[in-house]
Amino acid sequence: MTCRERRPLSNNMNSLPDIAREIRKNTIRMLVAAQSGHTAGPLGTADFFAQLYFGGLINFDPKKPQWEERDRVILSCGHYCPVFYTTLAMAGYFPVEELITFRKLGSPLQGHVVHQVPFSGTPHRQLPGVENTGGPLGQGMSLSVGMAIAARMDKRKWKVVCISSDGEQEEGQTWEAYMAAAKYHLGNLTFFIDRNEIQISGNIAEIMPLEPFRLKLEAFGLKVKEIDGHNFEEIKKAYEWGQLFPDQPKAIIMRTTPGKGVSFMENKYEWHGKAPTEEEGKRALMELEK
Amino acid sequence: MNYLVENVFEPQMKGTREGFGEAMVELGRRNKSVVALSGDLRESLRMVEFGKAYPERFIEVGVAEQNMAGVGAGLALCGKIPFLCSFAVFSPGRNWDQIRVSVAYTNANVKIIGGHAGISVGQDGATHQALEDIALMRALPNMIVVAPCDAEQAKKATMAMADHVGPVYMRLTRPKTAIFTSPSAHFEIGKAQILREGKEVTLVACGPLVYQALLAADGLQGVIDVEVINMHTIKPLDVETLLKSVKKTGKVVTLEDHQINGGLGSAVAEVLGERLPTKIKRMGMMDRFGESGDSTALLAKYGLDKKGIIKTIKEFK
Repeated sequence: MTCRERRPLSNNMNSLPDIAREIRKNTIRMLVAAQSGHTAGPLGTADFFAQLYFGGLINFDPKKPQWEERDRVILSCGHYCPVFYTTLAMAGYFPVEELITFRKLGSPLQGHVVHQVPFSGTPHRQLPGVENTGGPLGQGMSLSVGMAIAARMDKRKWKVVCISSDGEQEEGQTWEAYMAAAKYHLGNLTFFIDRNEIQISGNIAEIMPLEPFRLKLEAFGLKVKEIDGHNFEEIKKAYEWGQLFPDQPKAIIMRTTPGKGVSFMENKYEWHGKAPTEEEGKRALMELEK
Repeated sequence: MNYLVENVFEPQMKGTREGFGEAMVELGRRNKSVVALSGDLRESLRMVEFGKAYPERFIEVGVAEQNMAGVGAGLALCGKIPFLCSFAVFSPGRNWDQIRVSVAYTNANVKIIGGHAGISVGQDGATHQALEDIALMRALPNMIVVAPCDAEQAKKATMAMADHVGPVYMRLTRPKTAIFTSPSAHFEIGKAQILREGKEVTLVACGPLVYQALLAADGLQGVIDVEVINMHTIKPLDVETLLKSVKKTGKVVTLEDHQINGGLGSAVAEVLGERLPTKIKRMGMMDRFGESGDSTALLAKYGLDKKGIIKTIKEFK
């Protein structure tokens, strides 16, 4: 089964904006329950995740998470896991009720994404749908390159989608990965980069300027598209456009508003790495209901 | 069991890296999942033949060890058995975080080959002499750490690490050193080898210095009766063989081309401290960096050759 054949989640959630709103609400609920975690980036990319898993972009089967032909989704910016976990739960990988165990002892919903090859002594079960261990920035970029090379070696049709953040671009490893992706003509690899202009201690333009970002990516050999990360159609079209270039890796820069949907969180770097209080959570959910 | 060649004191000479390179060609033929990654060091790590034989499975990532670790992890998660080849000062020296997260924590089936380890690399100087790699890798859960004593053992270790499912680090060396283990000698990860039996001192060594240990033990014949253990696997340490020997001798000397802190000596001291407190002397680099020089001259200067070992054991009361 692919997502293209998926039915809507329920009667009142048959459009991508509805699904994205529900993703945001569940994300807020899990962050409030955890009283810990990252808020701004996850809210800012809820539209993207809705499009990715419910808009027909990738092949996956939540009932068979190890299905060989699935596309591999790598969350390199591992701190975005609240929105990722929420999306995976809503897509059917595990019960939505489990989201409130996020960051709690024994939960498979670890503070940053974890994927382990099974061995005795793991303190929690593996979360289906998570393909990489991430958090220390840059690592998922290289891992994606390795997976894309493996797919190429074995002549597989599945693709690799790597989600990255603009702050992550400060890690040198990111650029090592781009060089290798271009060298090996990895047309089966797409980087979606959340360009929300903030990082944990301030605005990116002040901490470490990234512009001219697009030119840098192009200079490293990637096919680049800049889009509005809240426009479902643009996200879809950009990904489909990328498939026209089978010999080049793609980078899709998504301009987003961090904290999107909650007025007192939007564009505030202070919300990068903290969770809402119960009171803030209530206000956020009220705003999202509108 | 006799692990040694017949004319042990008139040996053929070869670098442990040569044994690795030869084994990789054979391994590539036997197992189509084996993939080699090079950090611009294919010649130094003796990967040229593998690259020629299996170009589709040879990945040159350039001077980018952090990326190499991640690419390796990605390949491993898709069923490949990647061997990451670089100098130990760069991998694991420079990409420890990537190895920690993408390889060890992930428990990915990645094999890390750290070449040119120790002061024995010689002329390149201290920047290129990995003296902390065993410590770095030994601290990581899920990681196995192997340091073969000669080219013959490096071959067997290469084969064995491909068969083991999970992360493995293997330490290799540059200079031509004695091939003193026999082709028929059994090798098993985690199973130490008693190369010479003795009653008064247990000398535990790893890497090509094991040969210096044998020379020293022979030199002390009739003076001090030395038991020589080749602890080719530093993690998991063969505790059983170690304790059995130490119960007999009551004295331990460890020997490695590595800092005395965090390496083989530390591993041995930790086990003995908990299980069988024993007088111990750690030989290695004494919490200091090396320098440029000929490999033989360096080992002599820092007391890690036959002469230095004999002196240390004689003075060890």
